[in-house]
Amino acid sequence: MTSGIAAQGPYFLAASPLPAEGIAQHAWLLIALPAFGAAVLLLGGRRTNAWGHLLGCATVLAAFGYGLALFLSAGAFGEAARVRELSLFSWIPVNALQVDFGLRLDPLSLVFVLLVTGVGALIHIYSIGYMAHDPNRRKFFAYLNLFVAAMLLLVLGNSFVSLYFGWEGVGLASYLLIAFWHHRPAAATAAKKAFLMNRVGDVGLALAIFIMFAQLGTTQYTEVFARAGEFSSAQLVALTLLILLGAAGKSGQFPLQAWLPDAMEGPTPVSALIHAATMVTAGVYLIARANPIYNLTADGRLAVMAIGAITLLLGAIIGCAYDDFKKVLAYSTVSQIGYMILAVGLGPFGYALGIMHLLTHGFFKAGLFLGAGSVMHGMNDEGNIRRLGGLWRYMPITFATWGLAYLALIGFPGLSGFFSKDAIIEAAFGQAGWRGWVFGGAALLGAGITAFYMTRLMLMVFFGKERWRELRTEDGREYHPHESPLVMTVPMILLALGSVGAGFFFAQGHRLTGYLAPSLGGLQEAHGPLPALAITGLTITLVALGALVAWLVVGRRPVPVERPERVSLPVRAARADLYANAVNETLVARTGTWLARALVFLDNRGVDGLVNGIAALLGGSSSRLRRLQTGFVRSYALSMLGGSVLVIAALMVVRFA
Amino acid sequence: MNVSTLTTVFAQGPVEAPAIDFAAVAPILIVFGGACLGVLVEAFFPRHTRWTWQVVLALLSIGTAGLAFGLYLREFTNPTTTLADRLAVDRPALFLWGTLIALALAAVLLIADRTIEPGGSFVAQAAVRAGSVQDHALNIAPGGTGPAGMRTEIFPLTLFALGGMMVFTAANDLLTMFIALEVLSLPLYLMCGLARRRRLLSQEAAVKYFLLGAFASAFFLYGLALLYGYAGSVKLTDIATATTAGDRSDTLLFVGLGLLVVGLMFKASVGPFHAWTPDVYQGAPTPVTAFMAACTKVAAFGAIVRVFHVAFQASSWEWRGVLWAIAIASMAIGAVLGLTQTDIKRMIAYSSIAHAGFLLVGALALTEEGRSATLFYLLAYGFTTLAVFGIISLVRDADGEATHLSQWAGLAKRSPVTAWVFTFLLLALAGIPLTSGFIGKFVVFTAAVQDGMAPLVVIALLMSAVAAFFYLRVVVLMFFSDPAPDGPTVTVPGVFTTVAITLGVLVTLLLGVYPAVALDWVGPGLAFAP
Repeated sequence: MTSGIAAQGPYFLAASPLPAEGIAQHAWLLIALPAFGAAVLLLGGRRTNAWGHLLGCATVLAAFGYGLALFLSAGAFGEAARVRELSLFSWIPVNALQVDFGLRLDPLSLVFVLLVTGVGALIHIYSIGYMAHDPNRRKFFAYLNLFVAAMLLLVLGNSFVSLYFGWEGVGLASYLLIAFWHHRPAAATAAKKAFLMNRVGDVGLALAIFIMFAQLGTTQYTEVFARAGEFSSAQLVALTLLILLGAAGKSGQFPLQAWLPDAMEGPTPVSALIHAATMVTAGVYLIARANPIYNLTADGRLAVMAIGAITLLLGAIIGCAYDDFKKVLAYSTVSQIGYMILAVGLGPFGYALGIMHLLTHGFFKAGLFLGAGSVMHGMNDEGNIRRLGGLWRYMPITFATWGLAYLALIGFPGLSGFFSKDAIIEAAFGQAGWRGWVFGGAALLGAGITAFYMTRLMLMVFFGKERWRELRTEDGREYHPHESPLVMTVPMILLALGSVGAGFFFAQGHRLTGYLAPSLGGLQEAHGPLPALAITGLTITLVALGALVAWLVVGRRPVPVERPERVSLPVRAARADLYANAVNETLVARTGTWLARALVFLDNRGVDGLVNGIAALLGGSSSRLRRLQTGFVRSYALSMLGGSVLVIAALMVVRFA
Repeated sequence: MNVSTLTTVFAQGPVEAPAIDFAAVAPILIVFGGACLGVLVEAFFPRHTRWTWQVVLALLSIGTAGLAFGLYLREFTNPTTTLADRLAVDRPALFLWGTLIALALAAVLLIADRTIEPGGSFVAQAAVRAGSVQDHALNIAPGGTGPAGMRTEIFPLTLFALGGMMVFTAANDLLTMFIALEVLSLPLYLMCGLARRRRLLSQEAAVKYFLLGAFASAFFLYGLALLYGYAGSVKLTDIATATTAGDRSDTLLFVGLGLLVVGLMFKASVGPFHAWTPDVYQGAPTPVTAFMAACTKVAAFGAIVRVFHVAFQASSWEWRGVLWAIAIASMAIGAVLGLTQTDIKRMIAYSSIAHAGFLLVGALALTEEGRSATLFYLLAYGFTTLAVFGIISLVRDADGEATHLSQWAGLAKRSPVTAWVFTFLLLALAGIPLTSGFIGKFVVFTAAVQDGMAPLVVIALLMSAVAAFFYLRVVVLMFFSDPAPDGPTVTVPGVFTTVAITLGVLVTLLLGVYPAVALDWVGPGLAFAP
């Protein structure tokens, strides 16, 4: 199977891209607009406080408008002409390393542009309301704008180096935004954790770029992809694994998933925009973008699939055990990105499906997060779902939009998630031999668990007893749930519309997969042992089963406000993140600490001892020698005479000895 | 031309005047002429007008000399000699002349300053006994008119010294070199003794410098005599020819060379012939120290490079090892003894001894790269050290300059600008990148490694690391210590000193970030006159 794909390689590659024309010539505006916003807000300081948030929204809206125009104008071209490049300037002209800075405008980057600016604009608007009382709102919008600019650079760049630039840029923005409330130790720690774990992945991506440069002498997409056949098979495996490591770091995939739930310490719009809808999907983008490389190695794709499958189950299982609103959603994100990674790991059978799920997920997960933010906004920032309950009658709009997004996520037939997730499960079953059963089964099981934890969340937040009535906030006030202002609900409504309709719109007539073909190659149909209809039926059954179990556990019975501590082993394991942090702690952190201690010991005793010894020696000899400087001319003259005698004697010895 | 031919010439009748390339020697003539006019000013102008006249005259002389130099430089093509082979006019000599003129201009500005020390840094009546009542009266306001003005002989003395230095760097035979040595030294001895404050220390320094200088001159002269005995000529090129022939007494050659080297090393304050340096640097009036530290170093190493490269290149096998030892001794003495100094002027003196060691490393690289590297180092070091002493003269308390290191504690809190500028200069002395000091060390060490002196360079690097300690200690002291309650204040300098310090700092920065301007000038084709 794999060799067949390799042989068909050129079929997937678009011919050399055409130069950008018309309005596409100004595509740099897409990045420049939000970057300008960030610069003004950061440099302008307090003077921009009054209107900073409006500027922040305006730049992203303008970028969205421009992106939409670009998208529509590009849609007019035929398939071959949809890949365009805009060469801007020679960025790194150093001897053998020549990096041209340019933008690649193709279907893949354009759908990302629309997702990032579209969802980004909605979340910017939502933030006006959400951050209304925060004294640092201007800075928040500056960072959001910075993020949008960096993310657009990531997806629009036409070389791996410009991708890396954007990659680091979004990492920085993510760090700044997680730590936005850095006076809270938890937020500061979470930001540090995110930054460090991302570094691990970034090193992988950097090494992959180094390999490309070492072998091909270039990092431009067009050249790397056209000459991907020049890599040896070992290099290909190394490349695919290193890129996967980079993707795992950014997208919260196993084994680097632990930072993503902690990142929920940031403000909720950040969780929605960066840690659900856009940045964390950069790993999926990366692998999809590097599809000509992945097409050449079945082993590399297998690793991707395995990571995706492990992560989707892991995220779903842990999601069942948490009581924190946003953390459950975070693990749900981990799990759903697992689906996307699994999909792109399927190769030509799944690249486009991964992107489709990414887009639908962008809608409903952003909607879920914004809904969660709306709930917390009305409940004095209470995020513990055991203290919520029965909120549907107090927040009808939030409930309705959240409910639609919820249905989309669990894959309710007809809604977005159904189309995109079902397709992935089908394609996974389509893999040959044991792979189909293993990966298809994992994806299927994951769908059932997803239904369980999401239904649990739904029931505990919006239905059941109003547990908050007997409770007080931490500072002793009563809860007064209320619906959020219009500026927050309108984006939620728009996202809910996307959650409902996007899947059908994309899937109908293979609209999206066909559109993406110039970037990702045509989608191949897989035919597994089970008929498609059977898989769909199975999925729906499992989803219904999961929801039912959830109702039996938390819907039918009253939910205790305090978390029960006497629980079964699996629940305990899930509550401990399946011991991911413990493993990290033991394997990485503790050995790192030991290594550091050993080095400190060596430094204190060995290096410092040596240095201090030398210093003492020099200082001592200095104070002894300075006594020779007596101040008497006679002794100075004597020292000169002695020196001269020595010099002459030495010259004589050298000459005549 | 040896003695017998000289006798013949005398016997034959009147001496024919040698051809003089006036365009080439014009800078020297102008400087000496200005000096002589300065003496006349002292004799004929009323006292209260002399300072103005002398400053104008000195600046005018140096400026005109610079102009003449610049005009000649445009015409200059081939290295040549003039004044019957006494003076070499070649690119090294011209580079050093330019350096000396520029440094001397800045030094004269420091010397002429009357804002930092009211009345000027120099004694008002040298004949009044130091520390006496009359002496004291001259320094405070007699009758509310302010302190008595300084003696202005310092200006012609400076010009004489400058002229001597210029001849010294261009001297093509040892006798001319000796005369130039005396011409540059004698004014310096006097200048050292002219401080207005701490006169006894200043006079002691002058006497020490004079006695030891005379001692060193004797060494030089004896070496010269032995070398004449060896080669039958005092011309550098003739000595070189004699060493290649190799049919004469090597004892004469090497004893002569050893003595000559001692004389030269003394002037350049290379250890172990450095003993005068700390005492004299500390005792001399600070503007004079600045002039001495910058210009004397340039002149002495200019001559050392010329002597090594022109006269003794062929015999370098035998003597280079010994000079290695001297370079190591100098670097070690400067770096190690600098560690425990408590007086900032003494500390910079030890720094100059260490720098002399680094310069000697460059001078020992007997290649074109070594030559140009050493010349670049001289240019860089000269301007940095001049600005350093300029800053030192600004930090004062009621007793004059506050040179004890403890008085510099917390200076950054009182005058951040001064502290930052001084930090920059100290970093340059330590050889930190983005300063001229780094480029200087880099080119010198590169040249030395290329000439097969890698072990010496390793030692030099270690020693520059040791020396970095005492520079950085001052930085730490200025920035991270609490200021003493009755600490010194930083005087706001007048135009003259400001210009001089700014010039030094700018050149240090410029040569650090864009060294090509000077490196091109000392680049390939740096041949000595035949």
